[in-house]
Amino acid sequence: MSTAALRNVEVDYPRGRALGPFSLTLEAGEIVALVGPSGCGKSTAMRLLAGLEAPSRGEVARTPGRGETAVVFQAPTLAPWLTARGNAALPLELAGVARRQAAAQADAALARVGLAGAEGARPAQLSGGMAMRVSLARALVTAPKLLLLDEPFAALDEITRRALADDVLSLWADSRPAIVFVTHNVEEAVYMASRVVVMTTGPGRIAGEVAVEGPLPRPGGFRTTERFRAQVEAVSALLVEGMAP
Amino acid sequence: MSRLAQALAPVLLIAVLLAAWEIACRTLAVPSYFLPTPSAIAAALATDWAGLLHSAWNTLSMALLALIAASLIAQAVALLVGLSPILERAVAPLAVVLQVTPVVAIAPLVLIWAGLDHASRAIVGLAAVVAFFPIFSGAVTGLKAADPDLERLFDLYGASRLQRLTRLRLPSTVPYLLEGHKVAAGLAVIGAVVAEFVAGSGGAQGLAWRILEAGNRLQTAKMFAALVVLGALGAVLHAVLEAAEKAGLRWWRGR
Repeated sequence: MSTAALRNVEVDYPRGRALGPFSLTLEAGEIVALVGPSGCGKSTAMRLLAGLEAPSRGEVARTPGRGETAVVFQAPTLAPWLTARGNAALPLELAGVARRQAAAQADAALARVGLAGAEGARPAQLSGGMAMRVSLARALVTAPKLLLLDEPFAALDEITRRALADDVLSLWADSRPAIVFVTHNVEEAVYMASRVVVMTTGPGRIAGEVAVEGPLPRPGGFRTTERFRAQVEAVSALLVEGMAP
Repeated sequence: MSRLAQALAPVLLIAVLLAAWEIACRTLAVPSYFLPTPSAIAAALATDWAGLLHSAWNTLSMALLALIAASLIAQAVALLVGLSPILERAVAPLAVVLQVTPVVAIAPLVLIWAGLDHASRAIVGLAAVVAFFPIFSGAVTGLKAADPDLERLFDLYGASRLQRLTRLRLPSTVPYLLEGHKVAAGLAVIGAVVAEFVAGSGGAQGLAWRILEAGNRLQTAKMFAALVVLGALGAVLHAVLEAAEKAGLRWWRGR
């Protein structure tokens, strides 16, 4: 059963075409990484999937309803005046859930991302990695069927990145939402996804696709296996091909 | 550089300048109505102390009244304007015209409207006009300055217009309002002093009135004494407002 789909979508901006024609179907519970050069329309594709933008042509199929789709942006995008709990509870409160219940669910979501005890902290008191976890808790708090991650680790250091990648995968294993994960980083794409979709230079079309074998979440040492290296090479080759004029 | 040296440097410079001033006035025998010696100014300060403080309070209280009035009006108008783009269009040119018109130029008019017997009303009104803009423009900017990704998040979760206003836009405005009030308070004092000058000696007995009065009698040392108090008032006000803004920001973002 598919969770969301883009069918032959094209997006035109006043300065020219940003995306397409582009098609992507997401099966329930699968993790797809979108890889492509800067400006290829990855973020535009995400906004289409989130319903934040409409395509100029083509069709977007998505599960309607509040909280069915969640987005994590490149920056944590937290409200500085709210605590971690207040930020994580925001989607529920906007949907009219009673304050106390929203807070309890927010605390549970914060605990899932490893932030039990930091519920009362303000974003300014958190490290970059912790702020990103609050952002993740906010996305998970409505138990979405589709989770859109728009380069969520881009601003973090390598160690925090890797820890968060594993955490996202184990969180995924709990409730199995479909995930679309946008990244510049080929290794990260192969590590996180069951399917890597490579896009061409803008306006982005599909350059090719690599199915990633191996169990999810990844076992220790997965990055050093032959298979992982070979799949990273395959994705890199597609990227280079897609960037040729 | 040690902290002590940093703190002492400006004090030392002022002491050297004052000493040079004193010596120059004495050796060149400058007439005191033209330029009094620092010691004469200090003497004027000492004898007039109570009166000067009273006048300083007069000016400050009018400025603070003006600040409160300006704050309430500016925030209310900004909210209306922030909610309606068409209203913003309508108000913008008027706001600019009012802002670029020097307060001195409209002071005589306001004085007539307030009634020549009620100079203090005119002074408060004029100071409020000057204090209005930093708060107004801060509020309008702040209402539109919410993080665009947070705006998208509110779209995603289907927030209502009221939710967007109360849970995103109004809280985002706080730092801009703090900054606006800091600037406005300083301007309110300037506005009050300028208005006092225009109101002349028949006006409320603030610091500008002191300066005018002493000037009319060629009591230059007294003029300087009032200026010193005015400068000190400004410096203290600035320090208090800086601290208030910092404290406000700490409260807003939790550190």
